[in-house]
Amino acid sequence: MRLLKLVPDNTNIGFLRWRNVAVGISVLMIIASFALVAIRGLNFGVDFSGGLMMEVRFEQEARIEELRRTVNSAGAGSASIQTFGDANTVSIRLPLPPGDEAAVQRVVTRVQDAVRAGNPDASFRRTETVSGKVSGELVTAGALAILFAMIGISVYIWFRFEWQFGVGALFALLHDVALTLGFFAVTQYEFDLNIVAAVLTIVGYSLNDTIVVYDRVRENLRKYRKMGMAELLDLSLNETLPRTIVTSLTMIIALATLVAFGGSVLFGFSVAMLLGIGVGTYSSIFIAAPILIWLGVGPGSFLPTESGGEGRLKPKTRSERIGG
Amino acid sequence: MLDFPKWKIWTIAATLLAGLIFAMPNFVPASAWPEPLPQGQLNLGLDLRGGSHLMLEATADDVLKARLEALEETVRTELRIAEGGAIAFTDLSQGRDRVSLTVTNAADLDRALSVLRRVSTPVGGITGTRETEVSNNGPRITLQATQAGVALAVDSAMAQAVEVIRRRIDELGTREPNIIRQGTNRIVVQVPGLQDPDALKSLIGKTAKLEFKLVDVDADPALVAEGRAPPGSQILPSIEGGTVVVKRRAIITGDQLIDSQVSTNENGQPAVSFRFDSTGGRRFAQATQANVGRPFAIILDNTVISAPSINEPILGGSGIISGSYTVATANELAILLRSGKLPVELKVVEERTVGPDLGADSIRAGAIASVLATIFVAVFMIITYGRFGVYSVVALIANGVLVMAIMSGLGATLTLPGIAGFVLTVGAAVDANVLINERIREELRRGRAVVGAVETGYREASRTIFDANVTNVIAAAIMFAFGSGPVKGFAVVLTIGIITSVFTAVTITRLMVAGWLRSRPKSLVL
Repeated sequence: MRLLKLVPDNTNIGFLRWRNVAVGISVLMIIASFALVAIRGLNFGVDFSGGLMMEVRFEQEARIEELRRTVNSAGAGSASIQTFGDANTVSIRLPLPPGDEAAVQRVVTRVQDAVRAGNPDASFRRTETVSGKVSGELVTAGALAILFAMIGISVYIWFRFEWQFGVGALFALLHDVALTLGFFAVTQYEFDLNIVAAVLTIVGYSLNDTIVVYDRVRENLRKYRKMGMAELLDLSLNETLPRTIVTSLTMIIALATLVAFGGSVLFGFSVAMLLGIGVGTYSSIFIAAPILIWLGVGPGSFLPTESGGEGRLKPKTRSERIGG
Repeated sequence: MLDFPKWKIWTIAATLLAGLIFAMPNFVPASAWPEPLPQGQLNLGLDLRGGSHLMLEATADDVLKARLEALEETVRTELRIAEGGAIAFTDLSQGRDRVSLTVTNAADLDRALSVLRRVSTPVGGITGTRETEVSNNGPRITLQATQAGVALAVDSAMAQAVEVIRRRIDELGTREPNIIRQGTNRIVVQVPGLQDPDALKSLIGKTAKLEFKLVDVDADPALVAEGRAPPGSQILPSIEGGTVVVKRRAIITGDQLIDSQVSTNENGQPAVSFRFDSTGGRRFAQATQANVGRPFAIILDNTVISAPSINEPILGGSGIISGSYTVATANELAILLRSGKLPVELKVVEERTVGPDLGADSIRAGAIASVLATIFVAVFMIITYGRFGVYSVVALIANGVLVMAIMSGLGATLTLPGIAGFVLTVGAAVDANVLINERIREELRRGRAVVGAVETGYREASRTIFDANVTNVIAAAIMFAFGSGPVKGFAVVLTIGIITSVFTAVTITRLMVAGWLRSRPKSLVL
């Protein structure tokens, strides 16, 4: 039986040759993402903007323009209406009316009555109201969570490797998080709590990739003392490439299944994750690795300890490896 | 690594068996599952089974205000029944955080101070801080709430509010409400499967403070029109429109109610009947006896519901509240009165309601996605790694069973993001196997013999697997700490999935590989 090999044996791609170009593009992308988030803004869901959200499903395709007129004429403030997952389902978002709980209830009832009057087939599947105070807290908690996750993981890597690796991981993470946010600014997909969970998961998995590469870099640094850093990084990246491709593919398979079959609520989450896997894989190769060169990681970074198992490995040269 | 001692094999087998037993209740009907075995099922979150999630908040100021009102009442009573005769006072008033009064006779001052100091209970702790600090400036006495006193008041008000809400929701007959305090001044109420969230909100959003007060018939209508009430009286809105001037002091409050039911009034309209306990009944009798012919007001949450005249003393300790009620609203009021008043007003700051059909759709979508993702990943793994791919698929299935078993055993809640977490784990669980298998491929390529390659593969990959998974656990832990509701559910599944996947992907596949290596294979196709 012949097994599938996505990456041929002894692949030797010169990733590092492109490091200046790649990092240049990445930096531009990061800046563009921040600019987009600043200019266009994120389409915050009720979790973060506060307000009222209703998910409505119709038997046939939703007529959004007509709905917008209906809802606006119900006098509930200016509504933001968009399809949600599929064409039959929409989310209606409204600002929270001033006043107490009774005022919110009146708005909900008014909108429901108005929509049902024109569309007897409408079913209100979900209603969420979040007060400004709570949404403010959720924004803070979400931002802190992402920040702490990035710092926490970088510190862990610093302890397990060297500080340069921690910095490299942090930059790779910054890249992944920025691009994910940029993606949400471009597409204006709703950004809610689930997306924060997605970003945190991306942080976790992007690191997964970075660590696999770093682990191999550390191993090779101990093995090949005389190899140039760029060559050694290329070697490490190529050695781990099959794993990177296969794992990314299994993740993509799982996530694509979620996008296709996971239903409307999980759509944004799954799309964010799918993007994150791609971005995370890219950043491990083109950001996390080259940064090690610039931060001066070299064969001296992991001096063998007297009792360390790895340290006892006899230094080999590149030619020995290829010959063996 | 090929050396698997007997005990290790047995431990792995026992773990898997236990996993199966704990996961089983989710698949077989309860009747077919023997009693002594674990019965725990996956606890579905509100987003999957439909229901309402409400977050209620009390402000410290409101709690303080309610506390001071109670304190004012206590002060009044204590001074009246003071040892050595009633102490006369005037100008009993409330500030933002204090109650003050003026003692009429200077001779009573010391006695009044000692009575009031007794009222102020110690908060506890070694500092001897009290709920209120009692001080005086001449005959003017001030009871000032301390910081610790306010904190204690908030704490006890919230604890009491949880109890009241629980009683009210129990009255609705909904099953498994989840009522938990969150932070210092919030309560989260989760009621699964409720069709009508409005009923729930109107039931827990009302304070239901019932008071009976005498109507102040001597009030000057001109002053009242300006919004100024005579001393000792207050102006309250009436449910029928307009206002009613009542004495500040309540003759009796709803605290002494022991029962309340829907009934009908003399015209056959829905009304609410109530009954006092014996002390309350006696006081009600005395008050009505002393005020025959005068009107009194029945006040709910500072709104006058009705202001009938007392035609004759009400001695039986029970009565009827009639107004424009329907059977439903009368029933709601009866429930509210039965369950007692909320110690403080609660505002809904967050509400999430999911219809049962959306929940059902989500479960279906989640189940389909989970199964398909497993199948696709399994096929991919088998065409990529052949025999070793089959091993990792076995491990993948074992992982699914273990995640389900642990979730069921812990009674953890599965939410829709939790299902996403599970699907994600399917993709990630095989990562460990990918790492191992790719490493073995490399070693084989370098010309190692099968056994040596497998051994090195597992050893070298294990360190990477450990580091890689720790970062995921860090991310999940932070998500759990900062996340709310559904995100927490996601973090739980992710954490459990990561831990079990290391066990299944490393230990279980190694056992299978070791078994295969015993047959002394000459070559390995990988």
